[in-house]
Amino acid sequence: MASLKELRNRIASVQATQKITRAMQMVAASKLRRAQEAAEAARPYADRMGAVLGNLASGITDAESAPKLLAGTGSDKRHLLIVATAERGLCGGFNSSIARLAREDAKKLISDGKKVEILCVGRKGHDVLKRYFTNELREPISYQGMKSIGFDQAQEVAERVLSDFEADGFDVCTLYYSRYENVISQIPTGLQIIPASFDTAETPDLGGAAYDYEPEENEILDALLPRNIAVQILRALLENAASEQGARMSAMDNATRNAGEMIDSLSITYNRSRQAQITKELIEIISGAEAL
Amino acid sequence: MADKLKFDLVSPERLVLSADVDAVQVPGAEGDFGVLPKHAPFMAMLRAGTLSVENDGKSQLFELDGGFVDVTPEGVTVLAETISD
Repeated sequence: MASLKELRNRIASVQATQKITRAMQMVAASKLRRAQEAAEAARPYADRMGAVLGNLASGITDAESAPKLLAGTGSDKRHLLIVATAERGLCGGFNSSIARLAREDAKKLISDGKKVEILCVGRKGHDVLKRYFTNELREPISYQGMKSIGFDQAQEVAERVLSDFEADGFDVCTLYYSRYENVISQIPTGLQIIPASFDTAETPDLGGAAYDYEPEENEILDALLPRNIAVQILRALLENAASEQGARMSAMDNATRNAGEMIDSLSITYNRSRQAQITKELIEIISGAEAL
Repeated sequence: MADKLKFDLVSPERLVLSADVDAVQVPGAEGDFGVLPKHAPFMAMLRAGTLSVENDGKSQLFELDGGFVDVTPEGVTVLAETISD
């Protein structure tokens, strides 16, 4: 049985931890609201971009002349996996679930004899993946200390990816991030961005009129496709930011509750042993008095 | 003048404006042009310039840094990276 002093110290330390986790939960909750708004505000642009590109892509029948970003390089030997994770931990299974999905896919691709390269955006994914891969990992991109993610950051990632694609560095590019469903559910997702994939299903009804393009169709497509990559990356980063805060919020909520349970059970042990000690002392005094 | 044009101005970070308007003047890459209701389906690149939205005799100006415009029978959508009024 631990001494009373030890118990008191443990209770104090668990209480201090609980204070921290509760504060983190509240900070995450307020950040979550902002991140969620940002993710939702970015959706119209990405959706429109997807619709417009789907529209353009469905018009292109000649696969030979189609841009490589759309049609691919004609092989699928070399893969680039972009793994977007958080900069910080203490957010439950958020980082590890993204990293696990990417790792499993990478393992599968490698065992299929493909060449795999991994580019991490965010420090945590890199930390996890470097335990499993060494040669495949590229220099990670990190936004440590950055307050908010904007289009500029996404553009930076996109430029790196695109210049590599133009230099014929890879054939297929897949982006891993966590899709924000709600506070308790974030779904790790892999999205192929090169060659581009969209649903061509929702083509708007043009009322029989033909689309006019200015400049030419191919020129527009050439300009739009790189931009689409940046937009998709931005979307992934914003969804990730919202997911991270959501995951942290529920993880810290759990931690706060666990700390509360622990304090309760420690207090009970503390009170019992205090009573036991008092009873013991009383017995000693009484039996001492009786012996006189 | 009953006809209005459904107009959306979107940046990657937010939906800047979504309204029914009379007309928009767009800085196209190969020349400025105006879009009125019932315009034929049309898609164009934009250069950096001023976008003007006209409604009820008033016009609202936005500075764009390039982008593209999509005109469909449902309305006009302008997608631009940086927008400032």
